Amino acid sequence: MVRGLTLLLLFQLCGEFISRILDLPIPGNVLGMGLLLLALITKLVDIKWLEEAAELLLSNLALFFVPAGVGVMVYGDLIAAEWLPISVATVLSTFVVMAVTGKLAQKLESTESDDVD
Amino acid sequence: MWTELVGTPLFGVTLTLVVYLLAQNLYRRIGSVWVNPVLVSIVTIILLLKMTGIEHHDYARGGDILLFLLGPSVVALAVPLYQRRKEIWQRKRPIMIGIFAGSLVSIISACGLAWILGGSREIILSLAPKSVTTPIAISIVEKIGGVAPLTAALVVLTGCLGAICGPEFCRLIGVTSPVATGLAVGTAAHGIGTARMFEIDRLAGAVAGLAIGLNGLMTTFLLPVLMSFTGF
Repeated sequence: MVRGLTLLLLFQLCGEFISRILDLPIPGNVLGMGLLLLALITKLVDIKWLEEAAELLLSNLALFFVPAGVGVMVYGDLIAAEWLPISVATVLSTFVVMAVTGKLAQKLESTESDDVD
Repeated sequence: MWTELVGTPLFGVTLTLVVYLLAQNLYRRIGSVWVNPVLVSIVTIILLLKMTGIEHHDYARGGDILLFLLGPSVVALAVPLYQRRKEIWQRKRPIMIGIFAGSLVSIISACGLAWILGGSREIILSLAPKSVTTPIAISIVEKIGGVAPLTAALVVLTGCLGAICGPEFCRLIGVTSPVATGLAVGTAAHGIGTARMFEIDRLAGAVAGLAIGLNGLMTTFLLPVLMSFTGF
């Protein structure tokens, strides 16, 4: 468990370092994810070292968003002043994105499996 | 003595964990997606803080510790991706195109709707990365000039909405493949949507996790281009 967490933090740190030193627009944690995937594929890192820690974090992923959501209370006035554009844009846009992504991906997926057949 | 304790990180962390555990319990018992544990926790904590008059910055001392764990969690998404690499690689084209379209549509629809309805520049920019996971959305918004904590909150609300309605909405519009559903919910509702997809199907969860990273990357690159294009 400690080994897994250490590795995750180490890869995040590497990602942050590279992101900063090269002034990339990609955040360090996403870069860290890419680096870890690369290390797993090249067998530099054994998946067994990570499974337990990754499971712990990913099965509780939703919990870590709670404090960010509580932050909404600080912007109550700003949100109240512009509640209409905020709520309509957030809700409609979320459904539009799901519809476009889901429909398109499913269509492409089925045409590709047809090609294979 | 009490006020002294409230100012320690222990308070925020413990409060969040206790409320979240109770909310999870409620979710299991009622079994309805509407009592989404994240949303219930957020509302409960805000009400508790308001009622007791505890300041948000006191709560945030502990909250920030939990928020910190989002970083290594994003890195940990490499694990399910690696485990499901063959199935994902086979579908690389629908996955890439689906996420790219979703990312583009997300920015345009969120900003466009807010603009039509008379939202201020501040609000429009803060809404732009609303479907991107918190740590990435914050770094994007800091670059383009929105209100970072407001974006963080909007991102979480978007995530709750996608997690609550996403899988059901996909079924309703005829999206039944686990990969397409995972992509749709992951692209629209990032980590909170992904957490829900992991409950339903491992492959859908892994794909949703991939969508978090890729949507984050695409939005990072697309947003400045779209902004110069529209002269916003």
